[in-house]
Amino acid sequence: MIYDIAVIGAGVTGCMIARALSKYKLKIALLERGNDVAMGASKANSGIVHAGFDAKPGTLKAKMNLRGNELMEDVCRELNVPYKRNGSLVLAFSEEEMETLHELYNRGISNGVDGMSILNRSELLAVEPNIGDEAVGALRAQTAGIVCPYSLTIAAAENSVTNGVEFFRNFEAVSIDFADDIFTVSAADNKIETKYIINAAGLFADEIAAMIGDNSLHITARRGEYYILDKSVGNLVTHTIFQCPSKMGKGILVAPTTHGNLLIGPSAIDIDDKNDVSTTAEGLKEVSALALKSVPGATTRFAITSFSGNRAHEDKNDFTIEPSSVNGHFINVAGIESPGLTGSPAVAEYVENIMRGIIDLQLKENYVTTREKPFRYHLATDDEKRAAIAKNPSYGRIICRCESITEGEILDAIHAPAGARDVDGVKRRTRAGMGRCQGGFCGSKVVELLARELNISANEITKFGGKSDILYERTK
Amino acid sequence: MLNYDLVVVGGGPAGMAAALRARDFGIKDIIILERAETLGGILEQCIHTGFGLHYFGEELSGPEYAARFIELVEDQRIEYKTDTMVTDVSEDKIVTAVNKEDGLLKIQAKAVILAMGCRERPRGALSIAGTRGSGIMTAGTAQKYVNMDGYMPGKKIVILGSGDIGLIMARRMTLEGAEVKMVCELMPYSGGLTRNIVQCLDDFGIPLYLSTTVIATHGTNRLEGVTIAQVDDRLQPIPGTEKYVECDTLMLSVGLIPENELTKNVGIKMDRITNGAVVNEMRQTDHEGIFACGNVLHVHDLVDYVTIEAQTAGEGAAKYILGQQAKDPVYVNVTTGNGVRYTVPQMVNIKSKDDIKIYFRVGQIYKNAKVVLTCAGKVVSAKKKVKLAPGEMENVIIPDDVLATLAESDEIKVEVAES
Repeated sequence: MIYDIAVIGAGVTGCMIARALSKYKLKIALLERGNDVAMGASKANSGIVHAGFDAKPGTLKAKMNLRGNELMEDVCRELNVPYKRNGSLVLAFSEEEMETLHELYNRGISNGVDGMSILNRSELLAVEPNIGDEAVGALRAQTAGIVCPYSLTIAAAENSVTNGVEFFRNFEAVSIDFADDIFTVSAADNKIETKYIINAAGLFADEIAAMIGDNSLHITARRGEYYILDKSVGNLVTHTIFQCPSKMGKGILVAPTTHGNLLIGPSAIDIDDKNDVSTTAEGLKEVSALALKSVPGATTRFAITSFSGNRAHEDKNDFTIEPSSVNGHFINVAGIESPGLTGSPAVAEYVENIMRGIIDLQLKENYVTTREKPFRYHLATDDEKRAAIAKNPSYGRIICRCESITEGEILDAIHAPAGARDVDGVKRRTRAGMGRCQGGFCGSKVVELLARELNISANEITKFGGKSDILYERTK
Repeated sequence: MLNYDLVVVGGGPAGMAAALRARDFGIKDIIILERAETLGGILEQCIHTGFGLHYFGEELSGPEYAARFIELVEDQRIEYKTDTMVTDVSEDKIVTAVNKEDGLLKIQAKAVILAMGCRERPRGALSIAGTRGSGIMTAGTAQKYVNMDGYMPGKKIVILGSGDIGLIMARRMTLEGAEVKMVCELMPYSGGLTRNIVQCLDDFGIPLYLSTTVIATHGTNRLEGVTIAQVDDRLQPIPGTEKYVECDTLMLSVGLIPENELTKNVGIKMDRITNGAVVNEMRQTDHEGIFACGNVLHVHDLVDYVTIEAQTAGEGAAKYILGQQAKDPVYVNVTTGNGVRYTVPQMVNIKSKDDIKIYFRVGQIYKNAKVVLTCAGKVVSAKKKVKLAPGEMENVIIPDDVLATLAESDEIKVEVAES
């Protein structure tokens, strides 16, 4: 079979593009090198829907940010993804930084951002009483929000697959050939043929482009380290709290997550190995210290986990979304770092329009715009719980104690379109293992359920695919 | 809504012993709610011996110890539901639970005993830098994989933390053919029982490195190694002492945390040191009719002590239900003096008619020291101890005749006197 379009990379960008194009009568393949969607930066970022005052006016980053912010609420409603327009504050710790806030404000006005205001200290404390003593004022942006980035990616992938997109996991493209207007994308043990390629390979978009001889991209991994703090401090702030941005990014933030935890981070340092997502003592220390300056209560004494993610920083410092100069059937969607999550619905729309200029897009008669709302025991009312358990008793068996996640929810995650195949996949879809004990109790049960449902033995189950084995052979 | 006199949350050793004692005191309507598939709690995966030396005077395995109580629960026809998770306890003692068969359960209780046990501290709480591949797990999780599920979770193992579970797993993994390279302990002393250090490490030639911690993990997919380093007296890694150790598994035995989410939701007063409720000598919390016992109250080193404590709670709950509780109690707080980290109970009713045993832990190792109990400024006892260690729970007794002389304004203090 020859696909019309192959999207390379199942991060938030690739999945949102696949979803946008799945409305049309097209045969689409979504290729992912990992064992799941959202395996790169999409699972390890700040989860912020930015207002849009950061990006330089006129850049694609600015345009995608504004349009994405506008679209995000509806997208999250359609896909049933946790989203909240909580507003953001950029803190100033000196008069000099107050100047920076005014610059940001003016930039925001040029970019078309609504709902901004500059607060003095007392106005700041009125909206966020737990801010540190050193803050003298803040730029408030009421259109900023928070979204769960991997939930958005997963939901977009599910919706795409429901609409006929084929998801190939563990498909790591190693070469691309082009002959008779057909691309052949080869992985180690598989290959597909396609008329068009959308290169949404994140950190590796430059390497994928180079496979067709397009050397116009150069991407550097910019590491960001984070802590997740316990829900007991999840209410310290309601806004996303930024510090003044630097050349390397938007600085350390303190933000509530859509799940009620507090997120602090990220650090920003360029690294050589794109695959290296390890945390460092220095990075974590920096995050921990700087976060305290913004919100003194946000101490890492409440840390339940730390992680790191790599931003795909492209040399031009802007998004690249255009057909390759080498081959017009190959669309680069590259350099998607912040505000890439915010911009993802807009990037999808933008790519959809590019494709409309290249091929004839005909709407399917019965495409589905929404993703069904997954049952969430811990969010359900007593009546909803009773009804759900009556219909499916496995919603009455709690597997993850910390987050109250039931067996039924885990089975749903495994059997969903583009469903979970490993322990981390279950975790991202259900939150099983994301609580205080970090899977100490439920980890082995999740392994057991995956093995049972996928009909393989427990020692074939991995943490996140590949060689991330959990168990070895049976005991004697 | 169902109605029971006594709801016991948790069917481990604490919950079972509490329920049995309440039955002894004549309480008929009892139900134990247990989240696992069977009664017995964590004992079910503790297949090593060493349980029951104090309580039964013989050495049993965990499942054997549990079986004795499960049998009694069955004999006494005490009702229980397994695979049933309690998700809420309200101030007016309505217990919400859920399972597959009954769906959502609401139970009005006259008294509630909280016996949810504890959980292990995970890696996240330690902020070890490095990669986040597979092969990093708590010792208890590893124990479940080996003893319950029958799989090897690792072959070359470094254990961080010398808590009892870590020590037990060092031996267990060695017996299963794994290579346990070392146990690293951040503190200058082990948090585990001396007998476990001897029987689980020394007997197998497994080194214990004190004042040493793991500062980084390596390996993108499965763990490939860790970096260890010595720490100074502020517990900070000492530059230059880093060493790479090849391993595929890092087991963590870095502390246990009482599982008090339900307790906190009720609004019960908590002890910041034990991470459990503040209780009186009957293990009643500051909410009348709600009791706590076992590892949910404070982490014990021996199940025998859990059983004894649970019996006290069971008796207290029974008397509360029967209206036989001492009227108009007068509470005096037990304060912690030099060297004592916490006591349980934290307060005692001076109108109690019996001796009261105060359990406590010390904050560091002491040799040839005295445990001094002072009541109303007078030294009641000063017991000589060859060794006091944080890993071993100690106790002192306030005799009933001393209690009878106390007034509300008096102080009860437990402290360590160094020689």
